[in-house]
Amino acid sequence: MLEAILTLSGLAILASFGLGLAARFFAVKVDPRVEKIEEVLPGANCGGCGAAGCSDFAKGVVEGKYAANACPVGGPSCAAKIAEILGEEVRTAEPHVAVVLCAGDEEQCGNRFDYNGIYDCKAAHLIQGGFKACTYGCLGLGSCARVCPFDAIIMTEKRLAVINRDKCVGCGKCVPVCPRHLITLVPISRKTHILCSSHDPGADVRKKCKVGCIACKKCEKTVNGEGITVSDYLAVMDYSQDLDGFALETVCPTHTIQRVDSPVPQESEKTA
Amino acid sequence: MIKRAHGFPGGVHPDYHKELTAGRALEVPPLFERYVVPVAQHIGAPAKVAVEKGAQVFKGTVIAEAAGFVSVPMHSPTSGKVKAVKNLPHPWGPNMLAVEIVADGDDTPDPALPRLDHEAASAEELRDFIRQAGIVGMGGAAFPTHVKLSPPREKPIDVLVLNGAECEPYLTADHRLMVEMPEKVIAGAGVLAKILNVKRICIGVEDNKPDALAALEKAAAGHDNMDVYSLHVTYPQGAEKQLIYAILGREVPAGGLPMDVGVVVQNVGTAAAVWDAVAGGMPLIERITTVTGRGIRQPGNLVLRIGTLVEDVVGWRGGMTNDTIKVINGGPMMGMAMSSLDVPVLKGSSGLLFLERDEVEQYHHYPCIRCGRCVDICPMKLMPCIISYYTENELFDEVESLNVTDCIECGSCAYVCPSSRILVHHMKMGKAEVIARRRKRAVS
Repeated sequence: MLEAILTLSGLAILASFGLGLAARFFAVKVDPRVEKIEEVLPGANCGGCGAAGCSDFAKGVVEGKYAANACPVGGPSCAAKIAEILGEEVRTAEPHVAVVLCAGDEEQCGNRFDYNGIYDCKAAHLIQGGFKACTYGCLGLGSCARVCPFDAIIMTEKRLAVINRDKCVGCGKCVPVCPRHLITLVPISRKTHILCSSHDPGADVRKKCKVGCIACKKCEKTVNGEGITVSDYLAVMDYSQDLDGFALETVCPTHTIQRVDSPVPQESEKTA
Repeated sequence: MIKRAHGFPGGVHPDYHKELTAGRALEVPPLFERYVVPVAQHIGAPAKVAVEKGAQVFKGTVIAEAAGFVSVPMHSPTSGKVKAVKNLPHPWGPNMLAVEIVADGDDTPDPALPRLDHEAASAEELRDFIRQAGIVGMGGAAFPTHVKLSPPREKPIDVLVLNGAECEPYLTADHRLMVEMPEKVIAGAGVLAKILNVKRICIGVEDNKPDALAALEKAAAGHDNMDVYSLHVTYPQGAEKQLIYAILGREVPAGGLPMDVGVVVQNVGTAAAVWDAVAGGMPLIERITTVTGRGIRQPGNLVLRIGTLVEDVVGWRGGMTNDTIKVINGGPMMGMAMSSLDVPVLKGSSGLLFLERDEVEQYHHYPCIRCGRCVDICPMKLMPCIISYYTENELFDEVESLNVTDCIECGSCAYVCPSSRILVHHMKMGKAEVIARRRKRAVS
């Protein structure tokens, strides 16, 4: 009896020594800041910052590969916490949201032919440059909505991708997916947008779409040429300037310029 | 003597419907009022416009210059004035830059057309002349011919294969060319062989065209180095890798080109165009196009100027029947449906097919039942069903490992699929994605 107790206790003491030594000599040194940063990150692993997930980002921030405010999801509060951990000064960037620069849903812009292929925008774009009458507009098959990790893109019943500004964190995952390059990231305070990307001449746009930009230059004149430039039959907004005060939505004759205020577009239901 | 060829593994036997136009002699339409010549109608860089609005052009005048090595110039189809240089409807889909010409009705040839003494000319001069004449593969893919005629030094070529298989259903353009102008094809082949410095020329024709076989045999009688091969009818025998295997038994390696096995394949139409250019001096401004299908009132094989508008052709052929709902540029297997008739005939337009309502089906596609029929018939020995699975689930690394880029988009897999799966579309998307990824990798 005693023999057994002694043997087992002896083994236990030996093993504990072994473990203690192993913990000391084989320990993997992790910068404590990495763990702390990981804790304050949102943990969505969206890849919006460019890193392969949140823990990779935390490591990268400590190594100086990414800025403290590079996480688009966490926003300013997260950036402040990270800066505090790193002992840096807080520099916060204005959060961005995505916007789809097309307003031509099925009702506004018809189709050139019946499409019966893969239900995916990239695949549809391969066939004759897409089934839509406008070769620049939103195909509405929801490839962007399917990649959004935050469920922030709504496909309306009339086949148009619309961003839910409440949910969108500006991670930018949808931007490269769109075969027509319609999605762009803008500062969240900008609410007036030119919702068209068509480079067709005005007369052609008129035939195809009711809300397309016809390059009449009225908006350009209203802002005195600062902040909007019309070139190649399309008005393009410079988002570094705040143009919300000009009430451009009342100036645009085709209602291409719209004020996107409400977070969720009204009368729309999720279909995709 | 006509030789018999082996055939190739895989392939399908669709309904051919060639009887609609096979017996109809070539017809030349009158001059139309308006021609539209797009600068992009071949594989490679689009040509650069060389004329301005209002310029006077003649038949054969260069209206767009080649931009780079894999590119060809464009020529005016007739004499007249340039009405516009702008984006106009194109059979490939979106509007593209094109030169619009209003004919003056005189059809005066350009007095400054370059001339060549083709018998004295060197291989270099001939190749350059072919390039200046804007000649591309006339079978449908429109790949610039001079590029195929410039194999790298480490890849010696020993056989020239002329492709007269015309395996695509409905089309009879090459058939009529071989029946009516076999000597042109043979002479053009001689020029191509001289440029490539090859001794052996093989001409492959499917055995549903006995009159073409006979005509070619007669025309080739004096040449010892030319063999005419009769091929058992199988689609897609006109694809170059399948044709090489059928005639020579050589297998082009995956991801390779015919030159890897010492072969260059040219369409019979290309050979005839080459002869027209070097002997007649006229650049490529017209081609034979089969206008066919139940939807057109008067089908036929037409010699059309490049840039002729499809609606003009339809008007001249008595219009469409009321039930016509689909017009295809090319044949039913590989052609592309068009969304407008306001588009021009291109250098690669081998056919215009008009289909009626009851011939066109809107398939509902079902899940794959793993029967493996597509794997059995794939002429490139791919596994379309598996590739389609992976594409559907966006697993493009796997798609790449299954050699999707070897797919020739012949449509045989979709033709046999009992679940009516859109296999070709999946392959197309897989290819596009894999190529985009490779480009990205090459940059980074």
